[in-house]
Amino acid sequence: MGRLEGRTVDPAALEMLKRAEEQGLETAWDRCRAQEPLCGFGNLGVCCRICLQGPCRIDPFGEGATRGICGAQDYSIVARNLIRSIAGGTAAHSDHGRHVALTLLAHLDGQAPDYRIADPAKAEAVARRIGLNPAGKTPQEITREVTLAALRDFSRLEEEPCTWVTSTVTPGMTEKFEECAIMPSNINGAIAEVMHRSTMGVDADPVNLIFGGLKSALADYAGCHLSTDLTDILFGTPRPVRSYANLGVIDPAKVNITVHGHIPLLSEIVVDVAREMEDEARAAGAAGINVVGICCTANEVLMRKGIPLATNFIAQELAIMTGAVDAIIVDLQCIMPALKTLCECFHTRLITTIPFSKIPGAYHVDFREEKAKESARRIVKLAIEAYRERDPARVHVPQVKNEVVAGFSLEAMLEVFASVNREKPIRALVDAIEEGEIRGIALFAGCTNTKARHDEGHLTIARELARNDVFIVATGCAAGAMAKAGYMTSGAVKEFAGPGLTRFLERLGKASGFDGGLPLAFHMGSCVDNSRPVDLAVLIAKEMGSDVADIPFVATAPEAMHEKAVSIGAWAVTLGFPTHVGVIPPVYGSSLVTEVVTKIAEDVFGGYFILETDPMKAAEKLIEALNYRNWRRKYSTASLDEAMVAE
Amino acid sequence: MKEVFVRLARCVGCRQCEISCALVHSESRDIHQAVWERPLPRQRVRVTREGSEYYPLRCFHCEDAPCIGACITGAMHLDEDVGTVACDTTRCVGCWMCVMVCPYGSIRIHEGQKVALKCDRCPDEDEPACVRGCPTRALLVKERALVV
Ligand code: SF4
Ligand code: SF4
Ligand code: SF4
Ligand code: SF4
Repeated sequence: MGRLEGRTVDPAALEMLKRAEEQGLETAWDRCRAQEPLCGFGNLGVCCRICLQGPCRIDPFGEGATRGICGAQDYSIVARNLIRSIAGGTAAHSDHGRHVALTLLAHLDGQAPDYRIADPAKAEAVARRIGLNPAGKTPQEITREVTLAALRDFSRLEEEPCTWVTSTVTPGMTEKFEECAIMPSNINGAIAEVMHRSTMGVDADPVNLIFGGLKSALADYAGCHLSTDLTDILFGTPRPVRSYANLGVIDPAKVNITVHGHIPLLSEIVVDVAREMEDEARAAGAAGINVVGICCTANEVLMRKGIPLATNFIAQELAIMTGAVDAIIVDLQCIMPALKTLCECFHTRLITTIPFSKIPGAYHVDFREEKAKESARRIVKLAIEAYRERDPARVHVPQVKNEVVAGFSLEAMLEVFASVNREKPIRALVDAIEEGEIRGIALFAGCTNTKARHDEGHLTIARELARNDVFIVATGCAAGAMAKAGYMTSGAVKEFAGPGLTRFLERLGKASGFDGGLPLAFHMGSCVDNSRPVDLAVLIAKEMGSDVADIPFVATAPEAMHEKAVSIGAWAVTLGFPTHVGVIPPVYGSSLVTEVVTKIAEDVFGGYFILETDPMKAAEKLIEALNYRNWRRKYSTASLDEAMVAE
Repeated sequence: MKEVFVRLARCVGCRQCEISCALVHSESRDIHQAVWERPLPRQRVRVTREGSEYYPLRCFHCEDAPCIGACITGAMHLDEDVGTVACDTTRCVGCWMCVMVCPYGSIRIHEGQKVALKCDRCPDEDEPACVRGCPTRALLVKERALVV
């Protein structure tokens, strides 16, 4: 395998990596090499920078310091660092949700006229779920009540549990969280508590610290879930949609605008405005305007508007290197500051839009709810202006793109299931599990990371699981990897699915008359939309009369990178999912903490981490986890039957 | 002959050289696996501090090495081929004479095996691991004559 081939399995990315090298353009992979070897202490989680006496490091080989200056042991240091990154993830997801909530409120107050309540039915459904009575109220009134309830999950002073936790899990799970004292009552409070208890001289008990982290993780879950709900109300609940993915979606004939980041508040409007400004683009000599996406903003606009996905996280620079991107509009999270230097090598305008997410030297168009369209127009204008400066000689777009079927919100998925069971759509899936037609379900989530070969983990594990009849759902950059590789098509079913999964998908596809057949992997949205697969799991658990910890449902983040992935991983384990991570998180510096997250967690929550960097071995372990749950379920139903016979 | 040199002003005391040294002397050579190995891998370089200056202390492979002279069994010897001072641990009896005479304190005691432990200048590597691991390039391999 060549050096560049070792970096990615995505043919479009590889083509651009070769071009980058020819042109002397730097990428994350080059910077990664300059960082090698990565700091051993940091990699193991045994470096503490929490107080000004430090930094203290524990010698992982046991010869030097075994404690920090304050006396903190390896396990306290590792646990404190770990939960601080959970708090970082929680802050990111929940702040995203809070922004959507505030935009909705502004709209309801008449201050954000460019928005509308796109899905009043969702507002009503959420209202019912959280125990509000929507009868006789206008969509505006219902939305206001729901939004205020969501904001209360951030600000509640009483020790009442977060609504978005209790209303979305099983009673058994709620009880477990209360029992373990990890039920958050207020998202901001949970983050503050982690920061406090992990500061110098507070909590030194690793298990206690981890439980504090799990409380924050559940707050993260609440933040994700309310974000999905409110975004659906504001922009519509996704429905199946066809589009394309990979760098080939960049169209050299058009003005190309890339939307990148996570929060679609502005990107949604940019998509609309771009459609209105086609004439201006034509006047500049272009064939029109082409909006494409990167990271989760891409997933959001793909799910709701069918906007093509250019690439996922680690390849973001490669999109700019095509020389055909006229503007890249970024909001927040996962935006490499490196984009600035790179854009300077081209005509590309880098435009930041969020007041607290700026990059020196970039254009900044302040996003204001009250003037969303105006901001969007300014951005599209900048892109058209840049298009005039584009150097055609430097344009190189890899001719690689694959079809993708996306838009599988839980609602959309249940509609498909309803074609075989009108009364209880979820039975379609539960029956297939109980009859052994499918082995279980796997959620693919998370990022891409220079520590792994780009997309290889996602695709290898997906192929292996599909071959073993596992129903696949995906979110975030994991979904991006599958979309780019053509795994979100019915063609992939023929290529990779085992006999049971093929039968199941074909039967459902036929019954629902799904245009073009159902895909191998179901795109459920962005990273915050990991709430959707949880809803799916909870629905299955309820139908099977159990909790998520009992059903054959696993999660995997083969190339996790962000703190958000740490917090999602933590709540996935807490909710009961066996959760694979393909990049070793900084916990190995403490055998105790490693033991807790990979083994002891299972005794308490049913979920646990599987840390495995080899994708084939990871697939094996995930299948084993599914087999074990199926075996246990059968065994417990069998003993139940026996007990009944004995009576 | 090649030597490892230290550019004192560049050493920030991060101890990466220690980690790299231990890793190169581990079974797996992977940080995430090495911490689970038993016995734990041992490093031969130690970062010390004097006032505001850090110093990565490792064997100088002295031309006229006192440790060789002090060694009663002949375990400590000059490896003529590569020009390093090496310890043949099969002959080391753990009397620690070398430890006492080394003017730099470069020899360490291998607790488990009761033998002298010192820098072997990574004979199997293109570049000593500590040099490769140093993020500030405080450690350099150069021909001795060129630098002095
Ligand atoms: S909190 Fe303790 S371990 Fe951390 S830097 Fe301060 S003294 Fe060192
Ligand atoms: S790695 Fe380099 S900078 Fe760090 S302690 Fe060793 S010699 Fe000093
Ligand atoms: S161990 Fe000490 S005395 Fe022996 S060669 Fe190395 S620096 Fe010189
Ligand atoms: S040269 Fe090799 S053995 Fe010597 S200190 Fe450096 S890494 Fe350790």
